[in-house]
Amino acid sequence: MKFKTFFWFVGPSVFMMLLFIAAPLVSVFIQSFQVTQPIMQQIEVETCTPGFLTQTCTTEVKTVPVIDEVTGKTQTTTEWVGLQSYRNVLQMDKVWAALGSGNWGDILQIDFWKALRFTLSFTLFTLPLVIGVGLLIALAVNNAARSLRGPVIFISLLPFIITPVIGSLSIYWLFVGDGILTATLERWTGQDIAMFAQSWTIEMLMYFYRVWHVAPFAFVIFYAGLQTVNMDTLESAIIDGANRFERLRYVIVPHLMPLIIFIALIHLMDCYRVFEEIVGFRSQAHVISLQWLTFDFLTPDDAGNRAISRASASAMLTMIGIVVLLVLPLRRTWRDHKGGAH
Amino acid sequence: MSSKATAQPLSLKIASGAFLAFWCVLAAFPIVWIAVMSVKSPRDAFAASAWDVITGPATRAAGNGLSVLDIIVGLAFLYFAIRWAFTRLPGLVARFAPPGLIVLGWLVGAAAYGLVFVLLFFGVLPAVMDVINGIAGPLGTPVLGLTTEHYVAVWGENQFYRNFMNSMIVTAGVVTISLTVGTLAGYGLARSGSNLAFWLLILALVFRALPHSVLVAGYLPWFINSAEILRPIFGELSPTLYGQPWAVIAVLVSINQPFTIWMLRSFFQNIPAELDEAARVDGCSHFQAFRRVIMPVMWPGVITTGLFSFLLGYNDFLVTSLLLDAQNQTMVPAIAGYFNRETTTTDQVEAVAAAVSITAPLFLLVMVFQRQIVSGLTAGAVKG
Repeated sequence: MKFKTFFWFVGPSVFMMLLFIAAPLVSVFIQSFQVTQPIMQQIEVETCTPGFLTQTCTTEVKTVPVIDEVTGKTQTTTEWVGLQSYRNVLQMDKVWAALGSGNWGDILQIDFWKALRFTLSFTLFTLPLVIGVGLLIALAVNNAARSLRGPVIFISLLPFIITPVIGSLSIYWLFVGDGILTATLERWTGQDIAMFAQSWTIEMLMYFYRVWHVAPFAFVIFYAGLQTVNMDTLESAIIDGANRFERLRYVIVPHLMPLIIFIALIHLMDCYRVFEEIVGFRSQAHVISLQWLTFDFLTPDDAGNRAISRASASAMLTMIGIVVLLVLPLRRTWRDHKGGAH
Repeated sequence: MSSKATAQPLSLKIASGAFLAFWCVLAAFPIVWIAVMSVKSPRDAFAASAWDVITGPATRAAGNGLSVLDIIVGLAFLYFAIRWAFTRLPGLVARFAPPGLIVLGWLVGAAAYGLVFVLLFFGVLPAVMDVINGIAGPLGTPVLGLTTEHYVAVWGENQFYRNFMNSMIVTAGVVTISLTVGTLAGYGLARSGSNLAFWLLILALVFRALPHSVLVAGYLPWFINSAEILRPIFGELSPTLYGQPWAVIAVLVSINQPFTIWMLRSFFQNIPAELDEAARVDGCSHFQAFRRVIMPVMWPGVITTGLFSFLLGYNDFLVTSLLLDAQNQTMVPAIAGYFNRETTTTDQVEAVAAAVSITAPLFLLVMVFQRQIVSGLTAGAVKG
């Protein structure tokens, strides 16, 4: 295919990706070094309240935003502030203070580090669970009668396809104050249980939700992979005296290895962006994630201001994690590509 | 696998079957449970005993319930309605749809079917059953509490249909545009073995990993001030992009592009290149070959990719909640509005009803397109 034809085929897609993905990245990078604030001015205001005989008047100095005469909007200035926004997000002074005094737990009081800690542990805890549960379901379905497989796949797809916010809400409602499962647990244990009052129980529910949501995806892919296992290898393993577990360990898992890597990669990418769980479980007071932190900066506060520069700084810090995450797989792909070319 | 050596001991079979049953219950339970909760009065929905939630004594006491007759007739009606949809409807659509516009025919057919179904099931059937229940005596007394009041409240008073329309506009826009742009790019990438194509795919992979909040942080200041930024170019007509559904569509399409082109590329690679080479030998240009030879055979791949685009547009919370204002809000962010005023249990059950309303279309989607979804998931893995 000539370059010109290739260009016309790919052009619209590349244009959209550049305009709406690459350009915003540059913009975020620049914004993270700037702060846009309304210009404030101090004016003297005299307020009078009616009183007996004379009015009582007080003058006070107020700080109000300058209003543009033409557009009627507040005037703003944009300043270069260097790494100020990053400092505001990272709060390194508090971190050093915590390290110096030996109270390491204090670091996790700072929003960014709290979010980072949760995002990382979320990613690392759910990864083996998703792969393990997905593989178990795939093996069990492969064992089941053929007529059962269709309905089982249908039911399994439901948690995967459901809107993430709604999915986490549906689990939230089971465990909320007087939800059915909390009530049942309370009856069994005989004590009062509040699932959403401390962070570790919320985190457990989030891990559960994510595994429930993603395991079907792993299952479908593993199930497809199981259909292509080489029967001859399996039979020779039997002749060699391998038992069931050894066959799984030395024949089936190596066969599925590329798929396991694929799922692990996708899962790492998606878990690093964990966000909907925070909204669904309403856990912002206890547990937050990196993406939620940026979202929170971008949401207007009570005065209607959005902390764009801090959001940009936290977004750039999130990006660093993505780069670290992707370096290894990308290097491998590059080597494969070069290897394939020669 | 029927030889003696691979035969499984009974214990393993039982364990495997039990695990599967456990998984199915686990997978379906939260979804089924919110569906049950949404049709009960608040006191039943949050009752401490599961049996009370299912039978709904308080709902029944309030005069909303189904009799044994209701349940039998309702289930029979559902059974025949679903059977009719799978046996007769395809024939009707094929007969009345203009040739070449079969997709449009299906859309119209499904919408008409849904409308008639809702009218019959929720309009005509209850009225008829009221009369019959009056005559039937013991069989006609309510045994199962069930009320649709929360759905009426959500869709009527709270005007959820506006959010539904917005969701449909955004989703339809995302699916059509990302498929149009994506098929062209996917075809181009599949047929070009150049280094540039490889780098584009890697770039797309990197873009796919980006958290969406990073991108939204980039859009927000531009979108809010776009009227002033664009004034030198478009004059007074320059729009404020913030709050515009079509701006959100453009954003979601772009976010979805990396995934779309990877997926479509793997589908196009499965179509033999000899097919369009033959067309080229016969004198077609690349575009003609694409239109006349590739387009007729690409639909399975396009439908599968379209399903995933649909899911992205429909399920999105982050982008739509930050870039749309309250008037143009889609369904998923709108449900967050219930959190803020979720003070009474009635509000909570209304939120549950809204959640079920959002899930219902997805449920239908899996029912109809299960095979395509599975093939899409596996295609991505095997090639990717």
